[in-house]
Amino acid sequence: MTTRKLIAFGSAAALALTLSACGGDPTDDGGSSSSDTIVVGSAAFAENEIIAEIYIQALEAKDIKVEKKLNIGAREAYIPALRSGEIDLIPEYSGNLLSYLDPDTKATSPEEIEDALDDALPDTLETLDFSKAEDKDSLNVTAAFAQKHDLTTIADLADIDGLRLAANPEFAERPYGIPGLESLYGITGVKFTGISDGGGPATLKALLDGDVDVADIYSTTPSITANKLVTLEDPKNLIAAQNVVPLINDKKASDKVEDVLDAISKALTTEDLLELNGRNQGDEKAAPATLAKEWLKDKGLI
Amino acid sequence: MSVIDGSWQWFTDSEHWSGDSGIPSRLLEHLGYTALTVGVSAAIAIPLGLWIGHTGHLRGLAVALSGALRALPTLGVLTYVVLLSGIGLTPITVALTVLAIPPVLAGAYSGLESVDRATIDAARAMGMSEWQVLTKVEVPLALPLIVGGVRSATLQVVATATVAAYVGLGGLGRYIIDGIAVSDYPRTLSGSVLVVVLALVLDGLFVLLQKAATRSRTVTVPARP
Repeated sequence: MTTRKLIAFGSAAALALTLSACGGDPTDDGGSSSSDTIVVGSAAFAENEIIAEIYIQALEAKDIKVEKKLNIGAREAYIPALRSGEIDLIPEYSGNLLSYLDPDTKATSPEEIEDALDDALPDTLETLDFSKAEDKDSLNVTAAFAQKHDLTTIADLADIDGLRLAANPEFAERPYGIPGLESLYGITGVKFTGISDGGGPATLKALLDGDVDVADIYSTTPSITANKLVTLEDPKNLIAAQNVVPLINDKKASDKVEDVLDAISKALTTEDLLELNGRNQGDEKAAPATLAKEWLKDKGLI
Repeated sequence: MSVIDGSWQWFTDSEHWSGDSGIPSRLLEHLGYTALTVGVSAAIAIPLGLWIGHTGHLRGLAVALSGALRALPTLGVLTYVVLLSGIGLTPITVALTVLAIPPVLAGAYSGLESVDRATIDAARAMGMSEWQVLTKVEVPLALPLIVGGVRSATLQVVATATVAAYVGLGGLGRYIIDGIAVSDYPRTLSGSVLVVVLALVLDGLFVLLQKAATRSRTVTVPARP
């Protein structure tokens, strides 16, 4: 996540420059009909860019005018840009969007989050249909460990004594982490190892070496499939849902646009994201635009 | 509440002074990593530096190599070793040893080089063996600079050992890195203050040690005919 943050700083600075450069546009009369072009943004990481490309190409295929402003850092940069109308549409993650807007939220299930988002979003912004695809913290074990202890859900971990878990350091203190494991699933006495690489290579190595039993890795990280890890189900919604959802400027959300985006959300799955990320980050290094086009064709959306 | 007030409260909270994640045990862990690393570095670099300084062999190579080692980013080395050997004490020891070797090595060979050639010639003329020249003349005279090298290495290591927390170890870096992770900046500041205080205390001890080394030199040399 550090890289994402660094990029965020840079992008925020760049965005600030852009914003000041376009101040006082004489053609902007503030009305909803000022322009029917949809400006699509993305956060500064590959997966988000791929989804943004999917939105862009699907909209263009329906002859909707689109402008790209990809790689706009983190929420601290792009939410203000959405509010000001600098961009109109961005792929978001439901749980993180909600906790950005309402840091004290207790909502964790997709339904709770959808309701809470309605209240938390400013009137000018709305989320469309949620997709099933999620990019969130997930607890993973090796296939061998899962078989040995007959694990399918997080609840099954309760029977293991002296469970060793690796995750980013905040997992030790945040509600979705050790405290939640204890209160929701009754898992106690966890030996925690804080590794600050966001479920990256060092965390993976610790899991594969057997230095830890469970590792917190983002659910769309290609290493999960590459190493045949078993992602434990979370029936009690310990970890807040992070459904991919289009966040859009109210004025630009015409029925036509909504239809296009809803069709994408309906088709998109976590497995799709895993595969797309794998092809983007693996040996193939496929470009987001290429991946987006192929995915849309596969699903018969363009 | 400002971060500084928050840090004051953090320090005065008795909860932070006991248990596995309390200040005393984190301090001990931090000192442990530092002592281990400086120990390993000294065991490698002092003999090597003395040999280079005494014989004059490979001096150019030593200078170039220490320069290259200094340029290696510690966090990069740390991550690399984690990927090779997994988490544990090895990665942090290797990463910090790489950091500590150049100053110790430089202190050892430049210490020996600083010894007056006439003194060494005199020792040889008196019939001392090379080993006696080294141990009875060169090392005692070079001791302040050798200790100076270890002092400089210790300071760098004690400040950098915070990175151990990146890969699941303890030490004072835990407060800094966990504090950042949960946006608890008073904790981060407190961790930094502890590192600074520890560094100053260790540096003070080395000042005393260096003074003792200098004193022993001025007494010993005239005493040897």
